[in-house]
Amino acid sequence: MKQSWLILGASSAMARAFARRVSQNGDAIFLAGRDMDDLAASAADCRIRGADESAAIKFDARKPNGFKAIHDRMAALDGVLNVAVFVGSMPDQDDIDKDPSLIDGTVMDSFTGPAHFLQGFVPMMEQRGCGTVVGVGSVAGDRGRIGNYVYGAAKAGFHTYLSGLRNRLTKSGGHVVTVKPGFVDTGMTWGLDGMFLVASPDDVARDILKAVNKGRNTVYTPFFWRYIMLIIRHIPEFLFKKMSI
Amino acid sequence: MRWKKAEYSGWGRVLKATGSRARPEKVSALRDLIKAGAAPALGNLRSYGDACLNTDGKAIDMTRLDRFIEFDENTGILHAEAGVTIGTIARLFAPRGWFPTVMPGTGFATLGGCIANDVHGKNHHMHGSFGQHVRSISLLGANGRLRRVTPQDTPDLFAATLGGIGQTGIIVSAGIQLARCPSEVMEVRERRSETLEEFMAMLESSTATYNVGWIDATAEGAELGRGILEEAEIKIQADPLPVAKARSISRDAPRFMLNPAVVRLFNRYYLRRVPPQGRTLDRSIADFFFPLDRISGWNRLYGKPGFHQFQCVVPDANAAIHLRKMLQAIGRSKLASPLAVLKRLGDGRAGLMSFPMRGYTLAVDFPNRAKAAALVQELEDIACDAGGRVYLAKDALSRAGRIARMYPELPEFTKIIKTTDPKGAFATDMVRRLQLRGKP
Repeated sequence: MKQSWLILGASSAMARAFARRVSQNGDAIFLAGRDMDDLAASAADCRIRGADESAAIKFDARKPNGFKAIHDRMAALDGVLNVAVFVGSMPDQDDIDKDPSLIDGTVMDSFTGPAHFLQGFVPMMEQRGCGTVVGVGSVAGDRGRIGNYVYGAAKAGFHTYLSGLRNRLTKSGGHVVTVKPGFVDTGMTWGLDGMFLVASPDDVARDILKAVNKGRNTVYTPFFWRYIMLIIRHIPEFLFKKMSI
Repeated sequence: MRWKKAEYSGWGRVLKATGSRARPEKVSALRDLIKAGAAPALGNLRSYGDACLNTDGKAIDMTRLDRFIEFDENTGILHAEAGVTIGTIARLFAPRGWFPTVMPGTGFATLGGCIANDVHGKNHHMHGSFGQHVRSISLLGANGRLRRVTPQDTPDLFAATLGGIGQTGIIVSAGIQLARCPSEVMEVRERRSETLEEFMAMLESSTATYNVGWIDATAEGAELGRGILEEAEIKIQADPLPVAKARSISRDAPRFMLNPAVVRLFNRYYLRRVPPQGRTLDRSIADFFFPLDRISGWNRLYGKPGFHQFQCVVPDANAAIHLRKMLQAIGRSKLASPLAVLKRLGDGRAGLMSFPMRGYTLAVDFPNRAKAAALVQELEDIACDAGGRVYLAKDALSRAGRIARMYPELPEFTKIIKTTDPKGAFATDMVRRLQLRGKP
């Protein structure tokens, strides 16, 4: 059956790598984001790499008024509808400390915007009784840390939302994969201090696709972050509060 | 855009630079960067010396601008962003019956890098250099303007850009002519040669589309010049071969690995794999064209100090005498590694600073030991006196006056780049070391 993928935040390096891998399966790809010139270039790239069809779609996580038009466009497609959410933003915690209003945008980009969008999207999946939602969260959402706790809080909210959505979609035959990447070599991390064990966007894309095919619930990528975060989550709070990791 | 300040190096890891690099993921971001101040573009850092270094300066990492823009299934013309690698093009297009007409020895070289170094491949004697299959280049100048450069409309700028190690501007994207590739399997015939003269005669008389010689650079005396000639054609019909597992070298190798006795022993074994009557085998495109790419980070085998690759070409006249002199010097030095290549080149070249000329090219790797620099100088003297030249993509040790002798079109090149980039915003460590913009 025909598979269609809607990719939100498609200009990011991870989303681009994911779209390329999906293209090679011959699926239909819809790249959603704000920079239409860039998305059109990526759409052409996907077609040349094997996508059955591809198009750029205007999407802004902070402008819910535009969501319905995208829902309608996807509803007109035949076959299996899938959606992968790569949107999110991570302002410097120092900047947030200076200007707390940045919190609103961070939460909207990383949690409430995508959640709002998915609320309108998943009924179509329920109706068809199939399809996968890929939600890209972050290891930062597993425990609040001094360096990026607003971003972490937004991602933690998104994780919880995805968990509930999985509970809901399972009943109709759909599925939700929660992805928690560690450090990935993207524009977001380029030139930041303190990066280690950095994965390439294509490694992450490969792990995500594998998780989709196997119907996994939550995946860490690269895999070893599961163990790193296991340790970090189990550090007693009375110690953790004195640390800066 | 964030700048990353760090030390980086070319593939040989001898020369290093500390500088700030930006890595745009969109063409619009690249244009904004250049508007704020032009800086040289870097690809996958696969040139060996300092062609890809800008000490204390800025540089633009192009590897994330790697999208395909357009492909015409009928003509085989592919337009792609400069950061896409040759290996990616081969991997994605070969199953559809096309691949790059010219492929360098590593699939990790970017499209921009292949143009900037006008690279050659195992079919140079038949199909010329990479640049001869480039149809158009989208070039971002020091003034921030994007120009379309073609061999017909802008022949001077085209000739200065092909092999021009990035000095005319940033190669943003390019259109290249792919070649038909009926299957993904190469039929490779391997034959042994016992002497240099025999090797050269075999190369000279080979009618194969693709050929390359491995030479035992540790051999001396009567054994000098022994090696293996590989000749290959693409099979007309064949099922793809299974992909071999990739390995990686994650740490620097210990010094004894390149002990002369170990290398001699390895080379002897390597030569004997091929029976005296020769043999024929099938190899995948990737294995034949990019044999070392399966071992990611193989440059670490030379340990922390890194290595030099000497590559020169000498014209046909008296080539045997000059090659013999070089191989004798290499044998005496006991520095050679197992990686040594002898190959024929044809006339094909696309740019003023392109490396190829009709003759024989010799490439040998040397670990970076105290004696290595002197040996490379000695080899370069021989090549230069023979009327040949060394390859800028490999060079870390040549000097300004030498390059001027080996590259007679340098004054013309200098004149063009001083017009297109008057302030030298695209200059790299190599350009300064070899005074490619003239005396400071």
